[in-house]
Amino acid sequence: MSNQGKMDCGRRRLVVATAAVGGVGAVAALVPFVSSLLPSERAKAAGAPVEADISKLEPGQMMTVEWRGKPVWIISRTKDMLDTLPKLADAVADPKSEKTSQQPAYAQNDTRSIKPEIMVVVGICTHLGCSPGQKFKKGAEEGMGADWLGGFLCPCHGSTFDFAGRVFKSKPAPSNLEVPPHVYLSDTRILIGEEKKGA
Amino acid sequence: MAAGNFEKYKSDGSLAGNALEWVDARFPATSLWKGHLSEYYAPKNFNFWYFFGSLALLVLVIQIVTGIFLVMHYKPDAALNASGVPVAFASVEYIMRDVSGGWLIRYMHSTGASAFFIVVYMHMFRGLLYGSYRKPRELTWLFGVGIFLCLMGEAFFGYLLPWGQMSYWGAQVIVNLFSAIPVIGPDLSLIIRGDFVVGDATLNRFFSFHVIAFPLVLIGLVAAHVLALHETGSNNPDGVEIKANLGPNGHPVDGIPFHPYYTVKDIVGVVVFLMVFSAVMFWSPEGGGYFLETPNFYPADPLKTPPHISPVWYFTPFYSILRAVTYPLFGLDAKFWGVVAMGASVVIFAFLPWLDRSPVKSIRYRGPIYKTLLTLFVITFVLLGFLGTESPSFAFFGIIPGAPVAQFLSFFYFVFFLGMPWWSRMDKFKPVPDRVTFK
Repeated sequence: MSNQGKMDCGRRRLVVATAAVGGVGAVAALVPFVSSLLPSERAKAAGAPVEADISKLEPGQMMTVEWRGKPVWIISRTKDMLDTLPKLADAVADPKSEKTSQQPAYAQNDTRSIKPEIMVVVGICTHLGCSPGQKFKKGAEEGMGADWLGGFLCPCHGSTFDFAGRVFKSKPAPSNLEVPPHVYLSDTRILIGEEKKGA
Repeated sequence: MAAGNFEKYKSDGSLAGNALEWVDARFPATSLWKGHLSEYYAPKNFNFWYFFGSLALLVLVIQIVTGIFLVMHYKPDAALNASGVPVAFASVEYIMRDVSGGWLIRYMHSTGASAFFIVVYMHMFRGLLYGSYRKPRELTWLFGVGIFLCLMGEAFFGYLLPWGQMSYWGAQVIVNLFSAIPVIGPDLSLIIRGDFVVGDATLNRFFSFHVIAFPLVLIGLVAAHVLALHETGSNNPDGVEIKANLGPNGHPVDGIPFHPYYTVKDIVGVVVFLMVFSAVMFWSPEGGGYFLETPNFYPADPLKTPPHISPVWYFTPFYSILRAVTYPLFGLDAKFWGVVAMGASVVIFAFLPWLDRSPVKSIRYRGPIYKTLLTLFVITFVLLGFLGTESPSFAFFGIIPGAPVAQFLSFFYFVFFLGMPWWSRMDKFKPVPDRVTFK
């Protein structure tokens, strides 16, 4: 340490430059690690559409099919169930389905479906991703309060949805349940995950 | 330059002495032994609350050893086997039923997880009682908060591995919490899951974090915690600095060597702890549904959420705070602020050394304000924890709704910490003695 107190500016510039280049290299080395955390090509390719046969679905019943690892509900709504929808227009947060990310354009209607009686919807709560349970019976029978007209209750944080998957006001879930892209292949067969036949 | 180990530690002429001298000239064996055990002077007035540090270390060892053996049989694979059961879930059942002694190793590990948090919560409460986080031990405390965060991550990742219903839906909810963060949220939760839903990719990376990444960091933090503590010396129930009173031999007059005095004392604690631990492990390994939750005995089903989901008991105070936030603010929805409140309720412990402005450290010399508020804080923490295990519609005695109570308690939780710079100064204090006392 003979030259204590004296700063060799040229040498310091070299040290700074070396550290900067090394730092860039270290950051660049992060790229493969972070990108490995993202969904793999196989995971991205796994979104194949699924076909559902609704010939055995009785009115008032619901069936569940798995699409992209998520439950998709197909509900055969009775007239009684459909009649509840207009009555709830003031009670739900987005009665006209104006949030366009939650359904394709062909399901942006009063029943949120292609055919009024058949509801196709992703059964994942828009709050934190739990799957709501059926509370189809009216009033106190489901332990839901006297004015309950039937629908779904999320067990995790208590969000409620009507028979069109519309979220009720002042609930944790920020938006209606998502209607997946789907198309009728015939009267009893639905293809979920695609919008056009044979596409 | 101070004398090196080569000059300081000489052989007594015996064979063992010669061997030790050889080692000491090359590695600080004797120096570490003396510095951290046989000549580490700890205050002579440690009480019951000082058992929990060494017990935490014991539980860490239990978790690592049992974990090593569990990994030999466990398979992190979400695919369904020939009988239609996820491989991961089936491998845990295999450990429980077919591996010799497997049930015991697994129960040691699952009971150990809850025991870890019990011991750590007691250890942290000791810090609150005697002001152990105060100057000059702020870094020891900060490393401790780091250990606590790491432990929470470790527990969260580990809970997914059995791939039961609660594993699956718990992870689903917690990972989705991150998607509430504006701008980066959705991508962040995608990076955590590694898929668009919780699946095999998630299970495998949580396994990696649980058995490699977090244990490594945890051990490093524990080493830093102990090193920082041994640099400043331990606090004690009187909150007086024993290093201020040195005897003629240069050691604190109120200090005794950690070994053998406290190693022997801690062995008593270990024996009692292992009795309680074994009782739980053998007679009630599910801990009344709090240590191992009932829905987790069903394999993960991505299509069906169990009717009532809640985190394991050690997360529930913070989970209650998360649920208590139900109002949107500044155009961001309640979900985001809930996440912020939950994060803040954990991290706020790190600020204690600077929030506490009282002139004394120990509760023994503090006045009624601290004693009252600390009692209320403990009640708050326990009640929040209880409410977090219940459904959001829970009501005390069927009439007092739990949700507003949780909101009030969450509010008090933050008042306790954020008001501390003021109320900690207003108290009536007793004079602090120069030397430690015995009670």
